[in-house]
Amino acid sequence: MKSENEFICVVVGASHAGVNLAFSLRQEGWKGQIFLFDTDPELPYHRPPLSKTYLTDNNEVSTSPLKSKESYEREDIVLNLGMKVTAINSIEKSILLENGKQQHYDKLVLATGARPIIPPIKGLNTAKNVFSLRTAADVEEIRSVLKNQPNQKVVVIGGGYIGLEIAASLKKVGAEVTILEREERILGRITAPEMSTFFHDLHQENGVAVLTKKNVISITLNNDVVCDDGTVFPADVIIIGVGIHVNTELVKKAELVIENGIKVDPSTQTSNKDIYAIGDCTYHYNSHYKQYVRLESVQNAVDQAKIAAAAITGKEVVYDAIPWFWSDQYSVKLQIVGLSTGYDNIVVRTEEKEQPCFSIWYFKGNQLLAVDAINNAKAYVFGTKFIKSNQELNKTKLADTSMAFKPANFIQVELNN
Amino acid sequence: MVKITFITSDEEKIVLEGTTGSVMELAVEHNVKGIDGNCGGVCSCATCHVHVRPEDMLKTGAASEIETDMLELDDNADEYSRLCCQIEISDSIDGVVLKVAK
Repeated sequence: MKSENEFICVVVGASHAGVNLAFSLRQEGWKGQIFLFDTDPELPYHRPPLSKTYLTDNNEVSTSPLKSKESYEREDIVLNLGMKVTAINSIEKSILLENGKQQHYDKLVLATGARPIIPPIKGLNTAKNVFSLRTAADVEEIRSVLKNQPNQKVVVIGGGYIGLEIAASLKKVGAEVTILEREERILGRITAPEMSTFFHDLHQENGVAVLTKKNVISITLNNDVVCDDGTVFPADVIIIGVGIHVNTELVKKAELVIENGIKVDPSTQTSNKDIYAIGDCTYHYNSHYKQYVRLESVQNAVDQAKIAAAAITGKEVVYDAIPWFWSDQYSVKLQIVGLSTGYDNIVVRTEEKEQPCFSIWYFKGNQLLAVDAINNAKAYVFGTKFIKSNQELNKTKLADTSMAFKPANFIQVELNN
Repeated sequence: MVKITFITSDEEKIVLEGTTGSVMELAVEHNVKGIDGNCGGVCSCATCHVHVRPEDMLKTGAASEIETDMLELDDNADEYSRLCCQIEISDSIDGVVLKVAK
């Protein structure tokens, strides 16, 4: 029988999920070895700024590390960077590395994340300066193209949060930016029309052209982006922001259940009891919304990491976090709590302030599902509390800005006859 | 070097020294339990909540408007609460004692 110091936990993927898992394991009392693997050669860094400050910083790209090099050493966490894991042998309980070496595990954690979808657009693979954004190396490349001549034409394909953030950042450094969205409105899949309109206008006001119903079909030899309505957009740089693919190639070989991501139970365990999965790559049950979801967020990565660490060290735990997200564009701060999927009515509340300050409350019947808050941390915070407590709200009062922004003013009180 | 003392929820006392950056970054770098700094310091997550020792409030200053709003996420917030990603390390905060919120 092995002593607990001899147990080995192998983590594939060293970003928000994998790194937090490793450190949480130590906090939970894991005495064994911890090996982290990632193909990215950089010391693991915060990813949300990739599309924001990392692109606009005047200095050399300096990614902000999740943890310092010393802290890995201090916690005896072995980082194997720039190293690809090519296979899992779930029977022998080992992983195979690109260099042919094998590493045994007792517990394996998959934090393999996702990669940008490259849509099948004719001419895209031969076009010049085509980028997506997922890693520090991507930022480095985009910056190097724009460095000496910032006022180049940038065409962003995809009007989701990543595309919008990149557009705002590149506009800030001086590029001439056009966003091409295939649907009728930007952020169409994830927000109410009011929010799409707000961001559409915000970008236009800041000098970014936002064009909807633009289905890109090809890139010409001159690097012109061509849409199916015949419109043409010359581009020095093309940014692809149309969504992600979960990295599940490794997993297929390990015969784990995959459904829109690696399927995990509420303790983040996969269909194999010694293999866990956390972060963007998981398809997991959200007990508040009573549905399986796949989320692309730091919150989910970190919270699942903590649950996995507790589960691996033998605690009974259930993942039940309410999802939250944020996005910064120009001087606007968007904070989102909850999942609005399936909403059937909304309340918009606009505060009287100089800068835009409003919130959109998504309901299904009378159940509050989510809140999008623009420059309005109060709405975000109250929304979080109301969602957690399943509190029924008085929508008329919520929409009435003459009512002060206090929770007590919005809570529906049942009157006795 | 600026000296900052953290007291975790298990009453562990951790004394750290820093020169630049935010107090949250210093804490995360040294794995201070209870300080996560998940959003990287943009005041979006409230996972770096500390209670400043009352006599140190003058050194750190009080929370800003957005910070105060975000702190309401935590029922344990009080008038000494700060999100420590919003406290920059400088000579003026040397010697402060911060209790990590539960």
